[in-house]
Amino acid sequence: MTVGVLALQGDYLHHKALLERLDENVLLVKKPEHLKKCNGLIIPGGESTTLVKLMKNIGLFEEIPRFNEHWPVFGTCAGAILLSRTVANHPVESFAIMDMVIERNAYGRQIDSFIDDVVVNLDGKEETVEAVFIRAPKIKSVNTATVQVLSQHNDDIILVENDRAMAATFHPELTDDLQIHQYFLNKIRRHH
Amino acid sequence: MLTDKSYKTKVSLAKMLEGGVIMDVTNAEQAKIAEDAGAVAVMALERIPADIRAQGGVARMSNPSLIKGIQEAVSIPVMAKCRIGHFAEAQVLESLSVDFIDESEVLTPADEEFHIEKHPFKAPFVCGCRDIGEALRRVSEGAAMLRTKGEAGSGNIVEAVRHMRRVQSEIKRITTLGNEELVTYAKDHGAPVELVRYVKENGKLPVPNFAAGGIATPADASLMMQLGAEAVFVGSGIFKSEDPAERARAVVLATTHYMDFDIVAKASEGLKDAMKGLEISEIPEDQLLQNRGW
Repeated sequence: MTVGVLALQGDYLHHKALLERLDENVLLVKKPEHLKKCNGLIIPGGESTTLVKLMKNIGLFEEIPRFNEHWPVFGTCAGAILLSRTVANHPVESFAIMDMVIERNAYGRQIDSFIDDVVVNLDGKEETVEAVFIRAPKIKSVNTATVQVLSQHNDDIILVENDRAMAATFHPELTDDLQIHQYFLNKIRRHH
Repeated sequence: MLTDKSYKTKVSLAKMLEGGVIMDVTNAEQAKIAEDAGAVAVMALERIPADIRAQGGVARMSNPSLIKGIQEAVSIPVMAKCRIGHFAEAQVLESLSVDFIDESEVLTPADEEFHIEKHPFKAPFVCGCRDIGEALRRVSEGAAMLRTKGEAGSGNIVEAVRHMRRVQSEIKRITTLGNEELVTYAKDHGAPVELVRYVKENGKLPVPNFAAGGIATPADASLMMQLGAEAVFVGSGIFKSEDPAERARAVVLATTHYMDFDIVAKASEGLKDAMKGLEISEIPEDQLLQNRGW
């Protein structure tokens, strides 16, 4: 099994490092043809508007929804924005893979960024993980018929999944905790 | 210090910018051009380094109204510069919610003895460095991102290459040192020993190191990324060229795909003239910006 990490801009090398600690084959995806070798894809943190432009430059923007018809995708922060059906502010073209509404930079600018412990629900077990929120978005609402909420911070939805995707508004790749990445790998294996 | 949550929050934003291009802009219109071209952040300033160099005078922090106008124009992070040691300018920039503060040698230094103590700020700082000692001193003061100093406003890549190579080769050297050698190494380089130890154990700096100072072409960006830069600042190179929008897009493409030489070639095709640039040896020693700070 090979997991792709979209490697156009953002903290993609940190996702790669975490997956390698889980003994996974990782491929940095810079062009559409790289997707052909992948069984899952992570869209990293970065700048969502920038990522859209870089994907369009190289023809990846059209390919990722097609890829997702067969394989799961996991987005963190900017990646979560790109998976959402609707971006409530600062419009960004998104893949609309998850039926939810998200708001960009919802906590404010960088001085409002923070780190906190949160409880996530993984396979029915509650685990505490460190969550790094950087100019983070907020998931304002989800269609509960298709999207499950796996974690909230105060009243804000921060980790969700549906049958073919996962999204976090924070950055598990910037911690030493492997559980959320392991959960995504299990999701790919169920598809495999 | 490195595991402190406040510090980690600051370094995390630097990591979000990896693989991207940060562009100097002097007004909202340029900021939009930069954002549309795929810049990952913009640096708001009143005069780009090439003009500061040409016009002379004291270069200070930008007017807050200029910074606010740029913050309103774009949704990507907005950075701004303060003078070396001028913590009151930094406090103003923080109150404007600037996303990154560049304590920059491009502006006229305010303190010839001390850099800003950066830890108490919530806003992250980026600082320039020419070698490993300077890099680790800035991290020790709380810088969350480093960049090469290069020679700003010169359009000449040679100094950025020198500074990046120096830092990279010292990182490699530190990883080969025995524990008994670390204190002497730290003393010789004026670097805190605990940060030298971090480099030995991790084989890298504690914060991302970006390229800056003299980048003018797509190939310059590819060169710096291949030398180990984690992202690229372009100052005068974009808006001193004859075709800013096209050049901005081309530098972004070449940074993203820095190892794909067909793409770098294609990005370079058809561009108009780059900024003219300066031969470093023709700049009088006392006008070299990189010698500001220590």
